[in-house]
Amino acid sequence: MRQFLSILAVLLAAASVAGAQSQSSAAPAAVVDNCRTCHAQLDDRLGEPAKQFVDDIHSTRGITCASCHGGDPREEDMEKSMSRAKGFRGVPKRSEIPQLCAKCHSDGAFMRAYNPSLRTDQLSQYQTSVHGKRLAAGDTRVAVCSDCHGIHKIRPASSPISSVYPQQIPNTCGRCHADAGHMKAYKIPTDQLLNYQASVHYEKLQGGDLAAPTCVTCHGNHGATPPGVSSVERVCGTCHVFQEQLFDQSPHKAVWAAKKIPSCLTCHGNHAIKHTSDAMIGTGKDSFCMTCHVAGDPGGKTAGQISAALTGLDQSLAEAGAVLDSAEQKGMEVGEARVTFSTAHEKLIKARVDLHTMNSARVEETTKAGEKLAQQVNQDGVQALAEYTFRRKGLALSLVAIAFVVICLWLLIRNLERPSAGEEAGHSGAS
Amino acid sequence: MLKLRDWWEERFGTELFSFLWHKQVPRHKHTIWYYLGGMTLFLFLVQVVTGILLLLYYRPSPPEAFESVQFIMTKVKFGWLIRGIHAWAANLLIFTAMVHMFSTFFLKAYRKPRELTWVTGCALFFLFLGFGFSGYLLPWNELAFFATKVGTQMMAAVPVIGTWLLTFFRGGEEVTGATLTRFFGFHVAIFPLLTTGLLGAHLFLVQYFGMSTPISVEQAHKDKPVPTYAFIPNFLLRDIMGWYIALGVLAALAAIFPWELGVKADPFGATPAGIKPEWYFLFMFQTLKKIPGHVLFIEGEQFGVLAFGLGAALWMLVPFLDRKQEGPLRRLPAVAGGVIVAFIIVMTIWAWRS
Repeated sequence: MRQFLSILAVLLAAASVAGAQSQSSAAPAAVVDNCRTCHAQLDDRLGEPAKQFVDDIHSTRGITCASCHGGDPREEDMEKSMSRAKGFRGVPKRSEIPQLCAKCHSDGAFMRAYNPSLRTDQLSQYQTSVHGKRLAAGDTRVAVCSDCHGIHKIRPASSPISSVYPQQIPNTCGRCHADAGHMKAYKIPTDQLLNYQASVHYEKLQGGDLAAPTCVTCHGNHGATPPGVSSVERVCGTCHVFQEQLFDQSPHKAVWAAKKIPSCLTCHGNHAIKHTSDAMIGTGKDSFCMTCHVAGDPGGKTAGQISAALTGLDQSLAEAGAVLDSAEQKGMEVGEARVTFSTAHEKLIKARVDLHTMNSARVEETTKAGEKLAQQVNQDGVQALAEYTFRRKGLALSLVAIAFVVICLWLLIRNLERPSAGEEAGHSGAS
Repeated sequence: MLKLRDWWEERFGTELFSFLWHKQVPRHKHTIWYYLGGMTLFLFLVQVVTGILLLLYYRPSPPEAFESVQFIMTKVKFGWLIRGIHAWAANLLIFTAMVHMFSTFFLKAYRKPRELTWVTGCALFFLFLGFGFSGYLLPWNELAFFATKVGTQMMAAVPVIGTWLLTFFRGGEEVTGATLTRFFGFHVAIFPLLTTGLLGAHLFLVQYFGMSTPISVEQAHKDKPVPTYAFIPNFLLRDIMGWYIALGVLAALAAIFPWELGVKADPFGATPAGIKPEWYFLFMFQTLKKIPGHVLFIEGEQFGVLAFGLGAALWMLVPFLDRKQEGPLRRLPAVAGGVIVAFIIVMTIWAWRS
C-alpha cells in the first residue's frame, strides 16, 4: 500500500507535467477535477491522497491528479476518466519517479510560469548522486523525489512544515539513514543523525539559525554523495572560509594530503562536531595534537606555545571581565572599557582562527595585542572600583558636613525662638 | 553686611530691607507646606548650576552627544556627580513642584487675590515638564531615543495641528539629529528664558501678597490674629535647613544610584520592549494606551489628548472657577482634586507594573 501511495503521489507530481504541459506554459486555470471529487469520498488508501492534495503546492498552483497519474479529470464516468485510452497510468513505479517529476521540473520554459528562480537541474544532479546511480543500477530502495519531498502533501521548501525545510532535513534524511534495517544492505553506519543531533551545528539549527549546516549543506541535496578526503576541506570552507585559507598555509596541509588524512574532520569530527575549546590544542590529555605528536617534538612544542598563548589571553580576559562586571554592578560607567574588552575578545577569536596555520609566532602576535587591550581593560576596571570607593568616602564626609550644618541651624533656630529671660519671668510671675 | 545695607539704602531707600525684615509668615499646623516652594526653587537653582557645568562639555549632535556624556561621566573630574545630581534633581524638582501645586490647591491658596500666583505657578510646572521631556533625549541613548519617539508621536493625535506639531518638535517626520538640536535649544535657551520671566513674576507675587492662610486656620482664629513668625530669620533658616537636607539627599542618590547612561541610540535598531516615559508622564502614557479605539465620534487617542489639554486649561483656571466659599459646592474642588490625585497614582502604578 505504501508503495502504491508513493506511486500515486509521484504520479500527481508528474501529472502536473502532462496536464500542465498540454496547456503549454500558460498560468494555471480553474480545471474540472473529478478525480478529487470522487476520491475525496473514499476511505483510506484511495481517499487520503485526495484529501492531502488540497494543500499541496502543486494543487494550489492548479496542477491536478491527472498531471501525474494521467487520465481525464473532466470525465465523470470512472471507466472513461481512468481509461488507458485517456492516458491513465495509475501509480508510477519508483524507478520512474525522478523522470516523472523532471518532466516539469527540468523544463525551464514550463517552470518559469510558476517559479522563475527555481532550479531545473535536479534530475541531472540526482543522476550524479549515490541515490541516482543506485536507482539506475536497479536498486529501488534508494531515495527518490517523493521520499524526501513527500507525495500528496508537498510543501515549498520555505514552509516550516515542509520535509525539506532546513530544520526538518536531518529527520528527513534520518528516516532512511538512521534506520538500521533499511541501511543493513548498504553496510554504512546509521548513527549520523544521532551524532549530528549532538553537534554544534544542530544546536544552532534548533536555535533558529536556518543558515546552520544540515545534511544537505555538506553532502548536497539532489546530488547527495559523501564528500571524499580531498573535498572535505572545501566543503567546510564554504562557511569557514578563513580557517580553510589558513589551513592551506599550515605544514599539515601537504603531509595530510600525502597520507590521505582528511583535513578538518581529523580534529573536529564530521557529524558530531562539538564546540571547540582551547584544550583541543596543546599537550594536555584532551589535545588532538597528541594523537600524532609528543610534547617534545617540534609539532608538540608549537602546539604547546599556541595553547599557552590562547589560555593566557583567555585568562587575562576573564580577569578583566570580572573586574569590569564588579565595577558595573556598583553602578560605575564602564561603557568605553566594554568596547575595549570586545576588541580584546575579538583578538582571542582571531587567534583561535590563526592557529589553523600552526604558526605559533602568528598566533602570539595576535594574542599579545589582545593581552595589551585586556590589561588596559583591567586597569580601567580597577580605576573604576577605586573611584567607587572614593565616591563612597566622599559621600560619607559630605553627609557628615551637611548633618553638622543642619544641626547647627536647628540649634540656632531653637536659640532664636527660646523665650527671653523677661518673657520667662513674665510667664512665671503670671502663674 | 550693615555697610552693604547702608550702601543700598542710600541709593534705593529703606523699603526693600524694611519689607524683608518685617515680613511675617503665618504659623499654624499647615505651615510645613510653605517650605515646598522654597525647596522647588532651590532644586531649580541646582539645575541651573549643574546644567551650566554640563554645557561646558556636552555636544548636541547624534555622533557626539552620547560620547560627550560618557566623557563627562568618566573623564571629567566630578562629572559623574554633576550629571547625577542634574538627573536626580530634575526628578525631585518635579516631585516637589507637584506636591507644592497640590498642597496649594487643597489649601485653596489660589483664592483672591492670589489668582495670578497660581496661574504663573502652573505655567512653571508645565515648563518643568517640558524641561524633563527635552532633557531626557539629550544623552542620545536607546531608551531616551525611543521614549522620545513614542512621546512625540502622541502629538500627532492633537486635532488639526497634530501633524504640524509633530514635525515642528521633531524637526522633520522622524526623530533625528534635527530633533536633538531642537530639544537642546528648548532645554538650554527657550525654556530657561520663559522660566526666568515666570519665576520672577511668581516670586514677586508670593512676596507681594504674602503667604495665604488656609480657610480652616482663619476660621479657628475668628477674632484673634493668626500667629506668625519672622520671614528673616525664622522661616529662612528653616528653608536653608531643608535645602541642606535636599543637597545631602541629592549627593547620596547620585553616589549610591548613579544615573545610568545605557547604550547609544541606534535609529535603525528595533524598539526595545517595555519603553516607558519618565515617571511623571506615566499616567498620561497609560491612559492613552488603554483608552478605547474610538470614544464618542473621535479616535480614542485624540480624545485622550484633548481631555488632557482641556484638563490642564481648567486646572490653570481653577481660581476663576472656584468662587463658592459657602454652600454645598464649596467642597467640589477638593473632591475633584482627590479624584485627580487618585487617578494619577493609580495610572502611574498600573503603568509602572505593566
